[in-house]
Amino acid sequence: MSPSRSPDHRRVEHDQVHHDDDAPLSIHDMTVAYHRKPVLWDIDYAAPQGKLVGIVGPNGAGKSTLIKACLDLVPRASGSVRIYGKNYKSQRRVVGYVPQRESVDWDFPASALDVVTMGRYGRIPWCIPPRKDDKEAALHALNQVGMGDYAFRQISKLSGGQQQRVFLARALVQDARVYFMDEPFAGVDAATEAAIVTLLRELRERRRTVLVVHHDLQTVPEYFDDVLLLNMRIVAAGPTSSVFTEENLQKTYGGRLTLLTEAAEAIARSV
Amino acid sequence: MRVSTRSISIVLMGALLLGIVVAAPADAFGQSGPSAHRSITDNRFEWPTWSSILRVATLRDHNTRIVVLGTTLLGLAAGLVGTFAYLRRRALMGDALSHATLPGVAAAFLITGEKDLTYLILGATVTGVLGVLAVLAIRQSSRIREDAAIGIVLSVFFGAGLALMSIVQSTSTGNAAGLNQFIYGKAASMIKSDAIMIGIAAFIVVTGTILMFKEFRVVCFDQDFAASMGRSVVLIDLMMMGFVVLTTVIGLQAVGLILIVALLIIPAAAARFWTDDLKTMTIFAGAIGAMSGWMGASFSALLPKMPTGAIIVLTAGILFLFSMVFALRRGILAEAVRRIRLRRRIALQHLLRAMAEIEERTGKPVSVDSAKLLTMRSWTQRDLRRLTNRAKGAGLLTRKSWTELELTKLGRTHAQRVLRNHRLWETFLIEHADIAPSHVDRDADEIEHVLSEELIDELERALEAGQDIPPSPHDDTPDTARTMP
Repeated sequence: MSPSRSPDHRRVEHDQVHHDDDAPLSIHDMTVAYHRKPVLWDIDYAAPQGKLVGIVGPNGAGKSTLIKACLDLVPRASGSVRIYGKNYKSQRRVVGYVPQRESVDWDFPASALDVVTMGRYGRIPWCIPPRKDDKEAALHALNQVGMGDYAFRQISKLSGGQQQRVFLARALVQDARVYFMDEPFAGVDAATEAAIVTLLRELRERRRTVLVVHHDLQTVPEYFDDVLLLNMRIVAAGPTSSVFTEENLQKTYGGRLTLLTEAAEAIARSV
Repeated sequence: MRVSTRSISIVLMGALLLGIVVAAPADAFGQSGPSAHRSITDNRFEWPTWSSILRVATLRDHNTRIVVLGTTLLGLAAGLVGTFAYLRRRALMGDALSHATLPGVAAAFLITGEKDLTYLILGATVTGVLGVLAVLAIRQSSRIREDAAIGIVLSVFFGAGLALMSIVQSTSTGNAAGLNQFIYGKAASMIKSDAIMIGIAAFIVVTGTILMFKEFRVVCFDQDFAASMGRSVVLIDLMMMGFVVLTTVIGLQAVGLILIVALLIIPAAAARFWTDDLKTMTIFAGAIGAMSGWMGASFSALLPKMPTGAIIVLTAGILFLFSMVFALRRGILAEAVRRIRLRRRIALQHLLRAMAEIEERTGKPVSVDSAKLLTMRSWTQRDLRRLTNRAKGAGLLTRKSWTELELTKLGRTHAQRVLRNHRLWETFLIEHADIAPSHVDRDADEIEHVLSEELIDELERALEAGQDIPPSPHDDTPDTARTMP
């Protein structure tokens, strides 16, 4: 909790830390800043194997950033991340990612099948086009999310929920052991919500670990085994039954943590 | 199968390249086109004769052959790589790049003292890349946004280029006169070796784009996802920009640095109107680029006083306009037709619903007086007449007498479905969206026609509705509810 210490000092410190090698994801002492403005402070976390984990917190709490920092998509100011005991670079093949739906331009010239096939690109070498079995895997994944009939539909002609299911199908063809999903439930219709929940439970049955950024507090106890309450730092993490309490929610969403935001802004302004 | 199409296109490009070399007899170097015999002070605008048009169209002159081949290959390469620059929203970066080439051209001439295209292009590449790096550096290290950074770099580099050019003009002994063609473009000055250079560069760009197709596609669509799979976005971007640089510098001589960016953007934007498939779009963009190059060079051979770059870009602009209006997929006309069809369908559904409502009130199939229908909505007698004729043509209703209409069996099925959708939506609005019953009719009016099967299923689930038509939730006296304020 002391961002004033120099980064070098911190790095020496956590190189010696012991990561939980069996955990699908273990984060140690991670701090992330955008343009010098800290958005995540001192994150320590180990995800349980084969569980559905909800990442919950108010807007600007750093939920998406947490996922992106785990996937090396944004630089970490300090700290380290391990996937099954190894760094992300060597474990990409076991990780699946569902970005926020709004992060891409859906007017892109592509069909649902084209997008889902992208999930296989990671295992195809550079400069080699996807083959028939890649397309078949993609079609199978589309069927799994109930979108088989829409395989050749231009993606801009799909509803928001259908687009979200296309993204999920793309993650499915990655055939990963750990999934990171950024707000898959945001702005979807009831049919899609039900389809996603079914899918998540299927993944759990197959012993996959899924971390899901989630907005709707009401459905958290129903959907998730574990929760991670986040507001720039981890407020609480663990089994939903014990962690998802009124008191912890108050701490996550309540006013006291705004001091962290103000401090972060002060750091950003101080240059 | 796909591998074979790839290799075919590569072989084709190679053959094209070979074609330039073979087709060019050695004696024809350095000719400067049809304008050679005219003096500079000759200001008359001359329309081309039919025979000259024929000569150009059939590529009879050696020089025309070279110029047309060169600009066609350039257009092809620009269209292909431009597709990805366009989709990655890097098209204006190409503009900064092309303007930043000018100081390089001038400096190369000042240093070497000769107008050797190789040196000039080398110089252009160096400062062009520097310009792109400058944009990136400004964006990274300050809060200035990319559009402003591009504007700054573009104008400052171009200004530096103009300053250097004036030094060139004042110090050198006349042989610098041709340097201006790099600004406006002059394809007629292209010689065989230039065309070969363009051919080689086009070959590299085409082959590279085909090979990198999968990587370009995923980075353009979703760079975070590409990065999460371990693809180096920086490396892929670098290759894409590399192809853009290559296309730009080889296009300078023919099209000029001010307009070359158009060959990157316009074919791609035009191709987008024709298709929703990236592969097809890329091929179309290449074709449109090649066509612009071909036609532009041909026109400029006929109108030697016009700068080639301008004519090529104008040709591309016409192709773009044509695509925008007439393209079957996303063109303005196609969309207008779709809109009119939708409006007609909605009007028809209004008629059917009005008839279903009258039948509902009487409780049995009846003939409906069109005067009565006229009071149901704010439509004119002419609208109604046209509508009933169309409905009759579609077999939805029959005319019992001059004014009496009756739904057919098919029409009744349709009408009741429309009415049911309308009522379901009204009920939903009242029960779940807390909208006042006096307002729901109009809200439902707009939505009932676009409800998909999936949405109606969901609506039925939400309302736990049976198969029958729910009763009207509001006072159904005509006129009060439906006349717009």
